[in-house]
Parts: sequence; structure tokens; C-alpha cells
Amino acid sequence: MSLTDDLYRETILDHYHNPRNQGKIEDASAEVEGVNPLCGDELTLFLKLNDQGIVEDIKMNAHGCSINTASGSMMSEAVLGQSLEKAREIIESFKNMMLTKGEELPLDEELEDLEALRGVKKYPVRIKCALLPWNTLLEGLEAAEKKCCQHS
Amino acid sequence: MATILDKPETKEAMSSLNLEKIRRDFPILRREVDGKRLVYLDNAATSQKPLSVINKLSEYYQRYNANVHRGIHTLSEEATAMYEGTRETVRRFIDAKETCEIIFTRGTTEGINLVASTWGKQNVLPGDEIVLSPMEHHSNLVPWQVLAQEREAKLVFLELTAEGEIDMEAAAKLIGARTRIVAVTQMSNVLGTINPIKELAALAHKQGAIILVDGAQSVPHMQISVQEMDADFVAFSLHKMLGPTGVGVLWGKKDILKAMPPYMYGGDMIASVSRERSRYNELPWKFEAGTPNIGDVIASAAAFEYLSELGLENVREHEVEITRYALNRLREINGIAIYGPKDPQKRGGVISFNMKDIHPHDLGQILSDAGIAIRAGHHCCQPLMKDLQVMGTARASFYIYNTFEEVDMLLAALREADKVMGNVAYR
Repeated sequence: MSLTDDLYRETILDHYHNPRNQGKIEDASAEVEGVNPLCGDELTLFLKLNDQGIVEDIKMNAHGCSINTASGSMMSEAVLGQSLEKAREIIESFKNMMLTKGEELPLDEELEDLEALRGVKKYPVRIKCALLPWNTLLEGLEAAEKKCCQHS
Repeated sequence: MATILDKPETKEAMSSLNLEKIRRDFPILRREVDGKRLVYLDNAATSQKPLSVINKLSEYYQRYNANVHRGIHTLSEEATAMYEGTRETVRRFIDAKETCEIIFTRGTTEGINLVASTWGKQNVLPGDEIVLSPMEHHSNLVPWQVLAQEREAKLVFLELTAEGEIDMEAAAKLIGARTRIVAVTQMSNVLGTINPIKELAALAHKQGAIILVDGAQSVPHMQISVQEMDADFVAFSLHKMLGPTGVGVLWGKKDILKAMPPYMYGGDMIASVSRERSRYNELPWKFEAGTPNIGDVIASAAAFEYLSELGLENVREHEVEITRYALNRLREINGIAIYGPKDPQKRGGVISFNMKDIHPHDLGQILSDAGIAIRAGHHCCQPLMKDLQVMGTARASFYIYNTFEEVDMLLAALREADKVMGNVAYR
């Protein structure tokens, strides 16, 4: 089952079985929900930004398939401690990787783990599973930014 | 993947159908998926089509494509005869009294929407009750939700037993004086449960209410008689019963249909039109505005004929046996949860299950890589998923061409999935 092996690589299954940054943030700067109506995947994302607009904490409460869960887990590691601007850059390069056809650009070295999800591209139906946490994060960043700006 | 010990050839002999012969009629079953033979177990979503249906569609476009009910020319006469002839085929298939009770739609969904927005708006008043079961497909739930909101009516839900059958004692109380309509599926697309329509119809009629039956899952798989079950409406789709997509049937009792306003307005549904007003056509054309799906309706006749030739009793018997075999084999798997009635006589050939905590999508994916097509997700039954306290289920559903050997292949692939998904956790 070579195709299956490709999709269910060790990195993905590791994040699936032990998802990072699971849970809630009580005093979150933003709390957003993401839903995939076709398969019923659900995700609540909590974000905390500090005064400098750095992602100080990120937590997720997710019920989804392996791709969805692993993608969210990897994402949380990738953006934790990053500035808003950098976090948006990371989202963009990940979405580019998942959505562009043809020429394949490697991700930056620091995002190496996310490369494991490139295999999902062969399964068009599953791409949306992988993207759900990222689209939710985009929304979350916007909401958190608004809230932080109002404070300052 | 089946072992020699399984002796699939002896198992196939258990079937009431000649599976080898049937399989030859379905060209798609010879297709390979990533080098593996296709094992199609997603029949509750849509069935495959035999050559006779495909040829009939092609023949219509090659030989007598024309609009119906209009032209004086030969092609139009031929097309009209074939189109209206299919109505008679349907009448016989579901044992309706008259052909004028057969309305062609796009599918089950349109049939139910038609009733909700014509009969419903005419008959459901504020405070009235619409009774549904908790196992309804979204298509037999959402139209009633909207009607209830518009009319300030109330949705009442029947109760299910632990095995996923309608609790009839509770039903006798829930169907009451304010009930206007009971809308239930005859066979659940998730649990497989076959519901006692005749008994429910009696409860509804006792209260002066009517009953609409969602036959999307039942009509393809078992002999029904709309008169015997004493329903008021039955809706079903051809694509789940060997026919083309885009054709459905709404059957209704003549008196009720006659009293209903039209659903859509335009050509073909009128008797005469002046600048200010129109008189509407008689049944069934009153409900078939615009050029209908002529080609697909005509091709549908071949689907009905194919099933009638096999005999619906034989179809049902085959499905009971393959479901019994599949249920027994699935129970061999550790940590599997199977939903719905345990007795294959009480259910259709639809088996929903979950394996350990593996997400149904992951199961579906790994099975797909083994050439096996199943459905994974909420099956358009989100409220039922909530009742079952699951995100979704994996679902294997059988039809006339599925073999016992294919069940063995499903089992082998499920064990493989368990290995793939567990290979980190168990280390």
C-alpha cells in the first residue's frame, strides 16, 4: 500500500496520536471555530497575543481525522512564539504548498515538519482537512489583532 | 486477499442471485483502481448502472430525441410514448392505482420539497405538529424545519430503541390530534433499520394526519406496494436503483394531489393561458412544469425492468444473506462498533460502523487505496450522529452485484487500516 504509506507517514501519525497544544486558553485574545460541513470536522482555536503582537499561546480543541488533527498540531508548533506578520507568512507558504499545482517549492528549513503534509496533495478531498486549522487560524489572528489594537 | 479457507465460491452459491451473470452487465465493475479490482460498497449513495440503462439513454439521443407532449412529428410522438410508458412501468413497480399519481422529479429531495411547499403550505397551520423520526436524512428534515418556521408549526420527533428502531409505543402517543403529517424513511441510510410504515400510517390516519415515506433507500431493495402500506406520499430516486442521476418519482394519492396547488409554473403544466390568468393542467402534468428530464426518465424504464426481472424478493434475499455474513465477519474485529438492528431481516444492506477511535475519513481513505469504495462521514444525518455520539461513521452498503468475497476483502482492508493507523501508538 504505497499510496497509503505516503499519506500516513510517521510524522503525521505521531502528531495525530499526540497532538501538541491541545486544550483551552481561559484569557484568550481570540476564540474561533472552524467547521468542515462535508465531513463534520470541528475545531475551536484559542489564541493569545502579547503587547508586541507575538503569539504567546495557542491551543486547540479539535475533533477530526488524522490529517486534520496532525495539520493543526504542526501548525500550532510553527506559529507559537511568532509575530503576527511572521505567522501570516507561514500560513501563506503552507497554503501555497497545498494549493499550487505544478512547480513545487520546498518550504523553509524551519518549517520542515510541515513537509510531511505535502503527500496529502495527492488526495484532493483531504486537502480541506489539512487546511481547516490554517483557515481558522487566519480568522483567529484577525480577531486577536482587532482586540489587541483596541486595548492599545 | 481472501484466504483459501474462506472458499468464496461456496459462499457465492449461498446467494439467491446469479452474481457472476449480473456482474457482467455492469461494465464499471471491471474497472481497476490503482491496479486493484474495484470493490464498490457505496450503493446507498448511488448504485452502478447496467449496460441496458446506459444503452437506452444513448439510444434515445441517437434515435428519437425530441420534446414531449408538443410536436406532431414522429420523433416527438415516439419520445412521448416512451416517456409516458415509463410512468406505467413505475405504476406497476410500486403497485400504484393510477399512472396519474406518478410524478417525475429530479430525485427524492425534490419530491419531499414539492410536498412540503405545496401540501404543507396549504394544510399546516400555526400550532400544528409535523412528526419525524430522528433517523431522517437532511432531505426529509430541512424542508419540514423551514415549513414549521414559516407556519409556526412544531416538529415532533419519534423515539428510537437502543437498536435504532422506532419505539412504536412512544409513537402512538407522539402522533396526536395536532399531527398534520408524519414524514419518515422506510429504510435508514445509516442504521439500515426498516421502519413499520403500515403501522405508522395507521397511527397517522387515526389522527386525521397523512404520512409521507422517504423511499430512497427502500424502493431499490425491496418489493413495495404503496397501496398495501397505505402511504399518502412516497418519494424515491432512480440513481440509487440502477437508473440515471437526475430522475426521481413522487407518488401521491390522487385525491390529495388533486387538491394541491402546483409546485412550479410554466410550460407543460398549464391547460390554457391568457394574459391575466391560467388554468392548470391535470395530474400528473400539473406538477411537471418545463421540459422534463426525458432521456433519463426513458432510461429509467430499463432500470425498473432489470430489477423486476431479477425479482425484488431475490434482491432482498441476497442482501439479507450478504448483510448477515458481513455483520458476522465485522463482529470478529476487536473494538468495532456496529450501529442499527442486529437481525439482518430487520434491516437493509447498509452497515455503519466505527473502528476503535479511527476517524471514518481515515478508514475510507485506506480502504480506497485497496480499491474499496465505502462512505465515510455523517451521511447527511447530523442529528442522528449527535444521538449516536459520534462524529461520523464508516458505511458499507451492498447491492445486487456485491459478492461475499468482497466482504472478505473489506475485512482484510479494515485490518490493514488498523495496522496503518496504530503503527505509532502501539510501539
